[in-house]
Amino acid sequence: MALKVNGQSYEVDAPVGRTLAETLREDLGLTGTKVACAEGHCGACTVLLDGVPVYSCITLLHTVGEREVTTIEGLRDHPLVDAFVRADALQCGFCTPGQIVSASALVESNPQPSSDEIRHAMAGNLCRCGTYPKIEEAITTWQG
Amino acid sequence: MARLIRTEKEVEGRYEEVWLVVEEDALDQWPAGPGEVVGRPATRVTGPMRARGEARFTADIQLPGMLHAAVLRSPHAHARVTKIDFERALAAPGVRATVGPGDAPTLTAEPGFQGQAVAAIAADSDRQARAALELVEVEWEVREPLTDPEEAVRRGQLVSEASRYERGDVDKALAQADIVVEAEYRTQTVLHNSFEPHQSVCEWRGDGLDVYISTQFIWGVRDEVASKLDLPPDKVRVVCEFMGGGFGSKNGAGDHTYVAAELAKRTGRPVRCALTRREENVATGNRNSTIQRLTAAARSDGTLVALVGDYVNATGWDGWPAPTDGPMKMLYDCENVRTVLSPAKINTPPMRAFRAPGFVEGTFGLECLLDELAARLDIDPLELRRRNYAHSTDDRPFSSKNLMECYRRAEPHWQRRAEVRGRSEGPWKRGVGLASQIWYGGGGPPSYAWVRVGSDGRATVITAMQDIGTGTATAMTQIAAEELGLPLERVELVLGDSARGPYASISAGSSTTPSMGPAVRSAAADAARQIIEIAAQRYDRETRILSLKDGKIVSSEGGSWRIEDVVGLLEDAQILGKGARGPNPAGMQVLTFGVQVAEVAVDVETGEIRVERVAAIHDVGRVINPLGASSQVEGGIIQGIGHTLSEDRLLDPASGITLNQTLDAYRLPTIADVPEIVSELLDIPDEHLTNLGSKGLGEPPIVPVAAAIANAIRDATGADVRSLPISREEMLRALREAREREKEKRGAPAAV
Repeated sequence: MALKVNGQSYEVDAPVGRTLAETLREDLGLTGTKVACAEGHCGACTVLLDGVPVYSCITLLHTVGEREVTTIEGLRDHPLVDAFVRADALQCGFCTPGQIVSASALVESNPQPSSDEIRHAMAGNLCRCGTYPKIEEAITTWQG
Repeated sequence: MARLIRTEKEVEGRYEEVWLVVEEDALDQWPAGPGEVVGRPATRVTGPMRARGEARFTADIQLPGMLHAAVLRSPHAHARVTKIDFERALAAPGVRATVGPGDAPTLTAEPGFQGQAVAAIAADSDRQARAALELVEVEWEVREPLTDPEEAVRRGQLVSEASRYERGDVDKALAQADIVVEAEYRTQTVLHNSFEPHQSVCEWRGDGLDVYISTQFIWGVRDEVASKLDLPPDKVRVVCEFMGGGFGSKNGAGDHTYVAAELAKRTGRPVRCALTRREENVATGNRNSTIQRLTAAARSDGTLVALVGDYVNATGWDGWPAPTDGPMKMLYDCENVRTVLSPAKINTPPMRAFRAPGFVEGTFGLECLLDELAARLDIDPLELRRRNYAHSTDDRPFSSKNLMECYRRAEPHWQRRAEVRGRSEGPWKRGVGLASQIWYGGGGPPSYAWVRVGSDGRATVITAMQDIGTGTATAMTQIAAEELGLPLERVELVLGDSARGPYASISAGSSTTPSMGPAVRSAAADAARQIIEIAAQRYDRETRILSLKDGKIVSSEGGSWRIEDVVGLLEDAQILGKGARGPNPAGMQVLTFGVQVAEVAVDVETGEIRVERVAAIHDVGRVINPLGASSQVEGGIIQGIGHTLSEDRLLDPASGITLNQTLDAYRLPTIADVPEIVSELLDIPDEHLTNLGSKGLGEPPIVPVAAAIANAIRDATGADVRSLPISREEMLRALREAREREKEKRGAPAAV
C-alpha cells in the first residue's frame, strides 16, 4: 500500500496486524520513533497523522490510509528540538522523540500554552528519567 | 615508572584491599567554584542526537541477516519442566533454531519465579519467534510457591545468611532511656521500567563474540560473558553507544544475552533478543519489598541512645541483601545500635539494584521513626537531627561531610511550615516534612581514559564507559576541556565500545563521574604536559611559565601560541595522553549527604495526596555541570514520588504471579504529578577525594523523598503513614488510627 511519511511517498507491505511503528522502524529505517511498551501506554512511539498525535505502536498500518505521517525525522528542524536540548529536557532520550512529536502538535494549535495546558497535553507521554520539569520549560520557551 | 600500591576499594559499604598502579605525581584539585568550563551549565553533548532521533540505541541496531529471539518464560512461580518438545515450533514459519534448559547459561528446567527463562526460539522476525513460542509443548510439574518473606525467614530460607550488626550496649541503653518509640514500616516492590527494554544483539565473528547491549557496565558484561562462555575476555567485544535507562537493572548480561549468543552460534547469524514490556516487569528485577521493625530510644533532650532494626528484605529467588539497615548504622551519632537483616528467598522475581538499593527503603523507616520520636518529645524535627549529628561511623572519618550546611540551607524551606499549614482549606490539610539523606557515591579505581589532540587543535577523549542517560558524557567532555584550556565544542568523547577504549567503571552506585572524571582529567593533563613541552622547545621557553587557556599556549611572561599551530608543526602526528583513576583516601568513608523538605496537601475525606513542593539540598562535592545535575535531582525526586504514592508491583500471594505487568496498571508518575522542585547543590569539593573532589549524584536525590513526604503528611494530618505506597487506603487507615488515638487521649472510648 501507499504511505506518505514526512513528505515522501512509499510503497510498503501491509500484512494483517502490521503496526505503523513496525513499518516505520523496520521497513523505512525511521528508527527515531521508539517503542517502549508496544501496547499504547507510554507515548514513546508518538507520531502525527495529519497533525494529530497517535501512538504508532497500536496504530494498524492499514488504517492510516491517505493521512500524512510525521515522525521525529520530519521534525528535526523544529525549534522544539533546540528547546529540548537547551532546557536539558532529556536524559536517556528514549522517550524524547515521542515527547517532541506530541509537543509539536500542542504548540501548533496553541503556541503559548499555559502550565496546565502543557501538563494536560503531555500527560500521555511518560518519561522514566523524570525530565518533566524541563519538558515543561522547553515547551514554555520553544520560541527562543 | 609504574608505582604499585595496595589500597582499599569500597562497593556499597563493603571494603576490600586491591592492588593499584598510580601516577607518580597526582594532580592538585582545581580551586573551588566554577572554572572556564567545569562548574558551568552545559547542554548535553549528545542532546541533539537524542532529541532528533538520531541516537542509535541497541534497540535500533540492525545487522545484515539478523534473526530475532523470543524467550519462553515460566508461567509458574515454582515448577519443573518434565518434558519439552520443540518439534511443532521448529516447523513454524521463519523459525531457525531453538534452545532449551541447559543449552545456554540461565536457561533452566526448574524455574523459581514467574518469568524465569526456560527456552528460546530464533526466527526471521520477532512476531514469528513469539508465535512459535505458543507451539512449544511443555509439561510442567507445578510446585507450591513460597511468597511470604516472613515465612521464609521462619523456615531459614534465605538467599544469604542474615547479617547482624551491633555496637555499644543496646539493652542497657533501652533500659535507661527516657523515651522509647517503636514502629513497623513496610515498603513495596517497585519495578525499574527503563524505557529501552533489556536487549542484546549477538554476532560471532571468527572465534570472537560481539555483544551490542543496553547496559550499565560494558566491562562487567564482557567479563561475565567471557567467563560463562569460557572465552578469553578480549574475545568478547561489548558495545553500548546510547542507552535508554537502567536505574540499576542493567548491571549484568541477563538471560537475553546468553540466549542471543547461543542462538547466533547455532544459526551462524546475528541474533537480537529483546524483552517485551511485560517480560521487563517480571524478568529483569525490582526494588524488593521490605518489613522494618524499628525502635528508637532517646533522652528527653532528644539525644539518641539506642537504635534497633529488624529488617526483612523480600529478596526473591536470587539477588543480594540490599543494605536496608545502612541508614540506621550510619546516619546518626548513636552509641548503641543493633540491626538484623534477613534476605528472604522466595518464589518471586529476584531483586536487582534500583537507585540507592536498601537506603531508599531504610531511610523511609528511619526518618519516619525520627519524626515520630520528635513528635513524642515535642522537639522540632530539624533540631532533633542536628542534635544527633554524626561525625564519623565506626571510627572511619568522613572524607567530607557538609550535612550541617545542608540543614542550614534547608531552614528557609522548613520555616514555610506555618504559612503552608495556614493554607489548609476544607478537607485539604497541608503540611511540611523533611528527611535526611546518606548514601555512597565516591566511586573508585580502576578506570582509565585516553585523550588525543590532533593537529587541528581539537581533542578527543576515548574511554569505554557508558552514559546511561545521566549526562556523564557531557561531564567528561567538560573536564577534558577545562584541563586542556579548550572550549567545550572542540572536545569530542568516544565511548561505548570495549574494543575501542580502555576499561571504565560501572554506571551504578553513583560512581561514573567520581570514577571516570579523575581518569579523564589525568589523561587530559598528560596531553597538556606534552603540548607544553613541545611548545617550550619550539619557542625556547621554560615549561613552568607555560599554561593552556582559551585554545592557546600562554606564557606568563607574555606571548601566546594557538594549540593548532604548535601541534600542527607535527603535521599528522597526534598528542596522546593517558590517565588513570587514583585511589580513594585510605581509612576514610566517602559518602554523600543531603536533606529534602516536602510540602503536601492531603484530602482527609478521600485520602488523596498531592505533593506540592520539594526542596532538595545535597552535598556531592564539586559539581561539574549544574544544568545536568539539576536534572538528576529532579529525576530522582520524581521517581521517588512514584515510589511513595503510586508504584506498586502487585503479586498474587497464592500463585506468585505478577498482576500488573503493563504501564497502564503499574502507575509511573506523569508530567501532571510533578510538584515545584527547588534543587540546591553545595558544590564544595571533597578535598580528600581524587583530583576533582566530585562525588556521584545519580542516587542521592531519591533517597529521602518517601520519608520527607510521609513526614509532611504527619505534619498536615497528625496521621502516621507507615507503608508504601501511601495509597488512599493507607492514608485513610492512618487517619482513622490517628482519630482513634486522639479519642483515647481524651478519655472517650475508641470508635469502632
